[in-house]
Amino acid sequence: MVRVVCLMLALIFSGVAAAEVADVYDFSDRAQEQRYQNLIAELRCPKCQNQNIADSNAPISKDMREAVYRMMKDGASNEEIVESLVGRFGEFVRYKPEFDSRTFLLWATPAIAVFGGVLVVAGVVIRSRRAGQDSPALSAEEKARVDKMLADEDKLS
Amino acid sequence: MKRFLLFLPLLIAVVVGIVLFAGIGKDPTKLESALVGKPVPEFSLRDLHNPDAMLDRSVFQGQVSLLNVWGTWCPACKDEHDDLMWLAEEKGVNIIGLNYKDNREDALVWLDRLGNPYRKTIYDPRGTLGFDLGVYGAPETFVIDAEGMVRFRHVGVVNETVWEQTLLPVINDVQGNG
Repeated sequence: MVRVVCLMLALIFSGVAAAEVADVYDFSDRAQEQRYQNLIAELRCPKCQNQNIADSNAPISKDMREAVYRMMKDGASNEEIVESLVGRFGEFVRYKPEFDSRTFLLWATPAIAVFGGVLVVAGVVIRSRRAGQDSPALSAEEKARVDKMLADEDKLS
Repeated sequence: MKRFLLFLPLLIAVVVGIVLFAGIGKDPTKLESALVGKPVPEFSLRDLHNPDAMLDRSVFQGQVSLLNVWGTWCPACKDEHDDLMWLAEEKGVNIIGLNYKDNREDALVWLDRLGNPYRKTIYDPRGTLGFDLGVYGAPETFVIDAEGMVRFRHVGVVNETVWEQTLLPVINDVQGNG
């Protein structure tokens, strides 16, 4: 019985170990490995959306990581690698979409919002200034009263 | 002008509401294929039934076909199999199979037991053609025109509704143009 349990445990853990080493690639230096990590971090898994292919366990992500590694070994540039995957799986796999006519709004929305906000604030300020000049807070009559009050106060002190 | 400004928040809320409402019910897991309008990627893979024969892009030449990506490991493929049989037998649809990341014995047993709706089946055990096609989950069904161009991709099972509402209009369109 004990033997069976031991065997079971060994089997279970060997599976885990195998799963972990299955995805280890060799790199010539740290910079290459860092480049690979950056690439797979900014590519999105088409199956398990909202995960990058670095985090995803889906078979398709494994295939994509393999393709990234193979293309890196063949000396492809980052753009070539990303383009080749976009050519197969679509713009969707980019976490950083290109700036073009379709993604124009996506990239420009923050700038447009800030610009709109500045316009509104400027409008409010200008209008209140102009209103201040056209109709002063006190009419001439009121101003005379205030002057008189202040003069009285001066006398008292 | 002042009156109009008072209605501005309401207007913004209505516009945002319409945009968000339009998104309800859309399935974000269905992506349009990046290959639409492009030729099927080049490949040279074995025939599932005949290991000595190689298949390439020429299987798509001459007539509009459906390219159905399947595997025995895929439960949804079993669900759609009867509908594929129905399409092949009753509707005379030309279906090419892509046996994706599977093994030959299992695949042959499957076709033997459930019937074979495919005119030809491409055997792609390592998923290379699947990868080039951007397949991210079986079953997927592509509409390929008579020149071997990808015209449409459907992700998920094919059934009578999908056939009538999605695939048939695309095929009619493709045949009308070609």
